[in-house]
Formats: sequence, structure tokens, C-alpha cells
Amino acid sequence: MKTIYILWIRQIIRFWRSKPRLFGSLGQPLLFLLAFGFGFGPVFAQAGRGNYLSFLAPGVICQTIIFTSIFSGIEIIWDRQFGFLKETLVAPVSRLSIMAGRTLGGSTVAVFQGVIAFCLSLLVGFCPVNWWTVPLAFLIMIMTSLLFTAVGTAIASVMSDFHGFQIIMNLLVMPLYFLSGALFPLDNLPPVMKTITRLNPLTYCVDGLRGVLLGAGVFSLGFDLLVIFSVLMFFLFLGSYLFSKIQI
Amino acid sequence: MSSIISVSNLVKKYKNVIAVDDITFTVERGEVFAFLGPNGAGKTTTIKVLTTLLFPTSGQVAINGYNPTTQQDLVRKSFGIVFQDPSLDDELTAWENLDFHGVLYGMDKATRHKRMNDLLEIVQLSDKKKLLVKTFSGGMKRRLEIARGLIHHPLIYFLDEPTIGLDPQTRNQIWNYIIALNKMEGTTVFFTTHYLEEAERYSHRLAIIDHGKIVACGDLAYLKDLTQSEHLEEAFLKLTGHEIREESAGTGDNIRMRLRARR
Ligand SMILES: Nc1ncnc2c1ncn2[C@@H]1O[C@H](COP(=O)(O)OP(=O)(O)O)[C@@H](O)[C@H]1O
Ligand SMILES: [Mg+2]
Repeated sequence: MKTIYILWIRQIIRFWRSKPRLFGSLGQPLLFLLAFGFGFGPVFAQAGRGNYLSFLAPGVICQTIIFTSIFSGIEIIWDRQFGFLKETLVAPVSRLSIMAGRTLGGSTVAVFQGVIAFCLSLLVGFCPVNWWTVPLAFLIMIMTSLLFTAVGTAIASVMSDFHGFQIIMNLLVMPLYFLSGALFPLDNLPPVMKTITRLNPLTYCVDGLRGVLLGAGVFSLGFDLLVIFSVLMFFLFLGSYLFSKIQI
Repeated sequence: MSSIISVSNLVKKYKNVIAVDDITFTVERGEVFAFLGPNGAGKTTTIKVLTTLLFPTSGQVAINGYNPTTQQDLVRKSFGIVFQDPSLDDELTAWENLDFHGVLYGMDKATRHKRMNDLLEIVQLSDKKKLLVKTFSGGMKRRLEIARGLIHHPLIYFLDEPTIGLDPQTRNQIWNYIIALNKMEGTTVFFTTHYLEEAERYSHRLAIIDHGKIVACGDLAYLKDLTQSEHLEEAFLKLTGHEIREESAGTGDNIRMRLRARR
């Protein structure tokens, strides 16, 4: 327990001390909300789809969470490169508790950023239909952050240096995000696109959040939660397994 | 069973390199034991196997009587280590780095804080404990790592080239701490080096390792006797057929020094 706690608090301290990350976490969602929200708003309204900013806000919250969580998971590569990982790996503690502490730390940071994105979207005019659904939204945010921190951990466990990092960002994270329905509605898509979005776990996070906050989900909330939960379990196991196999 | 480290016929292969090739040696309790060899000799690989970071390809290893492959936690509780490359968290303070270590080793707050203060005193970093490690010089980081490895009162202390890339004055200072700790707490010290004079001056016994093999092992008098040499340098030359520095040891050192300076 102590191990998990100390690894968790380390992530929080590191995040808190790194001011660029802190401010960067404000900038990106704000930019998306303003540029896209107000940029595409009129077109969206003309097409009879209602308020684009409201539609977009859950997508931007998810975006913030997925970027931060995958990045937190991938921080293992930094720790490996700068040697700190060895310090934890020779300690008399299980790899599982190391993994648990890191994952919780990364996910806490990501949820924190998600909440900031949520507050920013409130500032620019977003409003949930029902305030009592906010705790449920919080739950989805937590699950999303755990899921993608575990994905990051799994990736980082098999990558020994930074070279693959940019590739992962461009070939995995960006497509996951753009093909998730975060930016556009999922109905009336060409069949290929439709299939891809249906296979993307982030789709269900965005849809779940949109369903909860706006009552405008494509799938039922139960189905969204089921998918997120299953994928989460899968990646927690995969991440723990790959992490336990790390050799220095 | 009295030897605190015992290694027999240890082999470690990476994909197509035999890094450690059938080595056998023991280290006794309270001893200062040196592994002397040029870059690429297999020193770090041996330490990684002894400290549970790598599994041996074949052979037997016992650390404090435990097997590093099957009894990892018991082995891990028995030793402290200073790695060849830096392993501190630069974004944390000196104190936080030490505290993190104490928690990982299951020490309660009062015990670990007392120990941390004592060790900071010894390595003369007490007044710097609230500073972020990234503001430290190479020598200060090393001293902090040396203190960190001892927080949990290990029986065995592994030091992988503890003074590499440091200036002579800092090197001396660091050795004074290590020797003092060996005397005060009876900690067994296992260190690797490619500096002849360090092995000569500080070890009770040493093993000369070259191309993954131990070419000789014993105390200084024995090695000189064996080779009919005046100095360890001469003995090394006779045993390995080359000087310790000839195989681009200098370049490796320079690169590491530059890397260290960048941090
Ligand atoms: N991870 C690795 N994969 C492949 N070969 C390695 C690896 N680590 C070390 N080696 C090789 O094993 C040999 C011994 O290396 P090492 O144990 O680091 O030597 P030393 O610490 O004495 O300088 C060298 O030839 C080195 O290139
Ligand atoms: Mg080495």
C-alpha cells in the first residue's frame, strides 16, 4: 500500500512542479473549444444539429484525458532513460504494486486535467443538461484515464528509447482521437469510417460522456460502460504483464 | 555457506554476445571486493545478475544465501546499490529521493528520517536537502546516491564504477565515505572499476575480469606474487596481455562525462 502511495504522490509532485505541463493543460482544450467550437458552430447549427460547442465539449474533455494518460504511461521510457526505473525495480516490492502506483498517479493527473477542461468548457458556454449526472461523468473520466494510462504503460514497457514515441503519437493517439466521434457526429458516416469508429475504445468514452452530460449518446450508457470496462481490464492485465517483463 | 556472495559458473548471454563467461568467485562478510576490468569486460552485467535485474543464462548465484532468480525480495532486501549511470529523480528534492527509497524498503517514518539525516550528514549534503536534484553537480548527485543506497542498512553494498567521470578530489572524498561505512557498519562492499589505483588502494581482494572471464582473483600480494610483478599495473598487463585503458576505455569515459554534465 505504501509503495502504491509513494509512487502515486511522486507523479503528482512531478506534475505540479512542471509548470509548462500545467499551463499546457489549460491551453490545448481552450484552443480546441474556441477555434472549433466557435469556428464550426454556425455550420453545425445550419445543418440543424444544434449547438456544436455543447457537442464538442465532452470530446475535448476526453481528448485532454487521453493525451495526458498516454503520456503518463509513456513516462516510463523517461524513467528508464534517466535511470530512475532501476531504483524502483531493485526495491523489495512487487512489480504489480509499482505498476498500480504509476497507473493511479498518471490517471489522477489526467482526471485533474479533464476536470480543468470541463471547467473551461463551462466558462465558454457549455452546460450539462442535468447537474446530478456530473458524478457519473467523473466516473467515466476516471475509467478513461486508467484505460489510456495502462495503454501507455504497455507501449512504454516494450519500447526502450524515445525513437518510437513520435510514431506512437502520430500513428496511434491522433487517429484514435480523430476517429472517435470527439469532433463530429457518428451517424451518417461511410461504412468504413463507421466500422473504424466502432472498433475504437475512445468512441465509447466520448459517447458515454456525451450521453451522461447531454443525454445525446449514440449507444446506451450501459453498453458504453461495459465496453470501457472490458477494454480497461484487458489493458490493465496487458500493461502489468509487459511491465513485469521489463529487463534493464 | 559463510560467504555472503557466492557465484559459480555464471554465464550471461545477450542475444549474440557472451557478456559473462563462466565466472566463479566468492565474497566474504565485511570484505571490500573489487571487480577490475576494462570497459565491456562484463562488470555491469555481473552486477545486474547479482541484483535481480537480469536472469543468468546458467550457473549458480547466492546473495546472503538467497537465489536472485527465485527469491528476489529476500535478495533485494539484502543489498543496496549505486548504479553506473545516474538513477535519481531530478524533479524531486534530495530529501524526497531519499524518502522515496525509505518507503519502498518499508521503513517507518521516524526510523528512516533519522537515518536519512545521519547519512546526509556523512555525505555533507544536509544543507542541500531541500534543493531539487537537477540543480546538483555530478559529484553531489553521486554522494546522494551513495547515501540513498545505505538507508535501509543493507548487508551488501554494490557500487558500479562509483567514481566514473568525477574529478580526483571528489573521487577521494567518495571513497572516504565508502571505507568509513565499511568500517562503521561492517557492510560488505562489492565495487567495479577500471581504475587500477582504486582497486589497489581500497579493496581487500580483487578479481580481474576481461572479456567476460575472471583471469585472476585474490589479494594484491597474491596477484603480484602470481605474476612476479612490482605493481598491479604490471600484473594486469601480464594476466590480460593488454593495458586496461587501451580498448577505447578513454572514449567511453568521455562520453559518459559529457552525458553527466548535460544532466
Ligand atoms: N543490453 C545488452 N544487449 C546486448 N549486449 C550488451 C548489453 N549490455 C551489455 N552488452 C555487452 O556485454 C558486454 C559486457 O558489457 P558490460 O557488462 O556493460 O561491461 P562493463 O560494465 O564491464 O563495461 C559488452 O560487450 C557489451 O557490449
Ligand atoms: Mg559497466
